[in-house]
Amino acid sequence: MKFGTRAIAFAGAVAMLIPLAACGNSSSSSSQPAQEKDVKEITVWAWEPTLTNVAKDYEKKTGVKVNLKNVGTNTKEYTQLDNALQAGSGAPDVAQIEYYAIPQYAIKDNLLDITDKTKGYEDYYNPGPWSSVQVAGKVYGLPMDSGPMAFFYNKEVFDKAGVDATKIKTWDDYYEAAKKIHALGSNYYITSDSGDAGFFDSMTWLAGGKPFQTSDDGTNVTINLTGDKGVKTFDDFWQKLLDEKLIDTNTVGWSEDWFKGMSDGTIASLFTGGWMPANLANSAPEAAGKWRVTLMPTPDGKTANAENGGSSLAVLKNSPKAQAALDFIEYANHGDGVKTRVEAGAFPADKASMEADYFKDATTVKNSDGKAIEYFGGQKYNEVLAQAAADVTTGYQFLPFEIKARNIFGDYFGKCYTGNEKLSTAVAAWQKALKDYGTEQGFTVK
Amino acid sequence: MTSITQSATDVNATVGASVTTATPSANVPENKHHADWRGWKFLWPFAAVFMFVFIIPIIYAIYISFFQHKMIGGNQFVGFANYVRLFHDPLFWSSVGRVALFTVIQVPIMLLLAALMALALDSMKLHGMKFFRISTFLPYAVPAVVSTLIWAFMYGTKYGLVGSLNSWLGTHINVLSPDVLLAAIGNINTWEYTGYNMLIFYSALSTIPHSLYEAASIDGASEWQIVKSIKLPELSGSLAITVIFSIIGSFQLFNEPSIMQNMVPGNVITTYYTPNMYAYNLSFSGNQSNYAAALAIVMAIITMAIAYAVQLRSMKDQMK
Repeated sequence: MKFGTRAIAFAGAVAMLIPLAACGNSSSSSSQPAQEKDVKEITVWAWEPTLTNVAKDYEKKTGVKVNLKNVGTNTKEYTQLDNALQAGSGAPDVAQIEYYAIPQYAIKDNLLDITDKTKGYEDYYNPGPWSSVQVAGKVYGLPMDSGPMAFFYNKEVFDKAGVDATKIKTWDDYYEAAKKIHALGSNYYITSDSGDAGFFDSMTWLAGGKPFQTSDDGTNVTINLTGDKGVKTFDDFWQKLLDEKLIDTNTVGWSEDWFKGMSDGTIASLFTGGWMPANLANSAPEAAGKWRVTLMPTPDGKTANAENGGSSLAVLKNSPKAQAALDFIEYANHGDGVKTRVEAGAFPADKASMEADYFKDATTVKNSDGKAIEYFGGQKYNEVLAQAAADVTTGYQFLPFEIKARNIFGDYFGKCYTGNEKLSTAVAAWQKALKDYGTEQGFTVK
Repeated sequence: MTSITQSATDVNATVGASVTTATPSANVPENKHHADWRGWKFLWPFAAVFMFVFIIPIIYAIYISFFQHKMIGGNQFVGFANYVRLFHDPLFWSSVGRVALFTVIQVPIMLLLAALMALALDSMKLHGMKFFRISTFLPYAVPAVVSTLIWAFMYGTKYGLVGSLNSWLGTHINVLSPDVLLAAIGNINTWEYTGYNMLIFYSALSTIPHSLYEAASIDGASEWQIVKSIKLPELSGSLAITVIFSIIGSFQLFNEPSIMQNMVPGNVITTYYTPNMYAYNLSFSGNQSNYAAALAIVMAIITMAIAYAVQLRSMKDQMK
C-alpha cells in the first residue's frame, strides 16, 4: 500500500507533466483566468466512443487539442480518477461521470459547481438526465446521454426458436422465451449475466423498487433492500431463470467473449440502456442486420421503464483550465457536438434531438470509423428507444456511495452465479455491508 | 588530492585527540563534536535517500493509519480503532488465509521445479543447453500483466484454449471455477518465476569447483551420490533466499488476480481476494485509505515475521 500510493502518485505526476509541458505557463492560471486563453490542450477521460469525432471537430474549430483518453469503463475510470485525486495530480480536466456516481463526487467536493453557468438549461434537457446532474439543487455536469432500458435481441435466433420478441410483454413471457431459446442448443442462452450491479439496480427500478433514499442534505440514508417489493419481484424472476440454467452465467459482461456471443447468436438478447447501438456496431460488427430493438417486458405487462447508465461530462474542481474545460463540455453536450454524437448512435439527453428527424428516422448506426451500418436491419430503432425514454418512471434514487456499493456487489452476488446461493441471501448480506459502510462514513443510516 | 590529505591530517588529529582524552583538557568536547560531523558528511547522500525512500513513507503510512476520513464529517483522529477493526475483519483474515494457502502450495512446487531444472542444466548432459536456459528464464522477462492476459485467454472456457480442448475432447473442464481458480493463478505464477529461481540455483551450482567432481569420480561416486553429497548441500544456501523472496512475493499477490477479475465470470475474484487487492479496493473505491494504511502496516509485519522465522530456521539448518 505505502509503496503503491507513492508509485501511483509518481505515475500521476509524470502523466501530469506531459500536458503541462505542452501548455507552458497555464499551470497557475486558476487564479488568473486571463491566462486561460493560452490553453492549447485539455485532457478528457471518457469511454464514450462517439466523443472521438466530437474531439476532432472541436480541435478543428477552436485549435484546442482535446487529449481524449479512455482509462477504463465506468468503475475502472472512477478508480483511476480516485487515484489521481488522492495523489493530488494527474487528474483530467474533464471526466465522463455516470449519473449514479455524480452524488458521490459532488459530496466529496471533487466537481466544479456550474450552476451559475447553466441557467435556463432545464428547458434544453429531458427532465430525467437534467435532474441526474444535480445534487441538492446545484449543477455538477452536463448530461451527455441517457440510457432508458430496452430489449435488444437477435431476430435470427429468436425466429429460429419460434419466438416473436415484440410479443414478450411480461416477465413470464420472457421466461417462456428463455426456455425456447435454450432448446436451440446447450450453448444458446436468451441472455448472459454473471452479476452486474447496474443491471440489478435497473431491473429493481423497473419493477417499481425504491430501496435507497437520501435526504436533501445528503446525510440521512435509508437502505431497505430486503423489504422492498420491486427488489423481491426481480429476485424471484431472476432466481427462477438461474435455477433452471436459462441464463449464461459463464460469460463476463463487456468481455471479448461477451461480444463474440452476440456475434454468433449464443447470447440472443440483452436488457440494457439505449446507448447500446454504437457499442454493438463497434464490438459485434459480424451480427449487423440481425439485431432489433423492442420495449422492455415488465413484471405484469403494465407500462414502466428504468434508466441504465447514462452519463455526463463534468469539470474537475481542481482543473487549472476550468474555463477551457467548460467550453469543451458546452460544445460536446449543449452545442454542435450533440448532433455529431447522436448521429453516431449515442442516445440523446436533450429534448430537441429526441424529436429531430435525423434521430427518429435513423436506420443506421455509425461506428467509430464513421461508417454507417444498418445494424438493426432497417428498423427505425430510435422510435422504440424514444418511447422507452418516455416510459421511464421517476423517483428512484442512487446511494451517495453508489461506487462502493457497486464495487462490492460482486463479493456478495458472485456465489449466486457460480454456486447455489440464493439471490435473496445475497441481497441481505449486501444490505448489511452497505449499512455498515454508510454508518462508518458518517451517514445516519436507517 | 588536497582534500584527501586534509582528511588524513584530520584523522590524525582525531586520533591524537582521543589519545589525549586520558589527560583532562578543555579542548576535548569540541574535538569530539567535530569528529561526529565529519562522519555525517560521508553519510548524508545515503541517509537522505534512505529517509525519503524508506523511513518517511513508512512513518507517513503509520501516521495516516491513526485517522479516519468520513464522507460526512471529514478527517478525524481515531487512535487504534482501524487496527482493532482490522483484527475483527473476517474479509481481511480470509484474504490472508488465501495467500497463506497459496504460499504453502505454490512455493514448494515452484522451487522444486526450479531446483530440478537447475540440476538438469548443471548435469552437462543436455543438448541445446543454452536454448533451454534462456527459454526457461524468458517468462520472467515478460511483464506480469502480459503473461496474466496470455494465460487468462488460454483459460477461457468459451473461446480460449481450454474451451477448444473441451469441445475437442468432449469434456467440461473449467479452470476458472471458484474451486480451482487459486490453483490456476498459482500456475501462472509458477510459469513466471520458476526460471528466475532456477537461475539463482544454477549460479549456486556453478560455483562448485570442478576438482570436487573429479575427486568424486576418482572415488567412483555415482551421479546420484554426486547430487546428494555435493550439489544439494550447496543449494541449501540459495534455497533460503529463494524461499524468502517467494514468500514475500506471494503474500503480495495482486497483479494476476486483479487483471483476471474482469475475465473470470461470476465475480469469483472478490474485492478482498488478496490483502493487497483488499487494500487497493478499500482505498480507491471506498474512500477508506486510512484503514487500508493500517492493513498495509499489519501485512508488512506479518510478512516480515514469516520471512524472519524462515530465515532463522534455515540458518539453524546451515549451522549443522
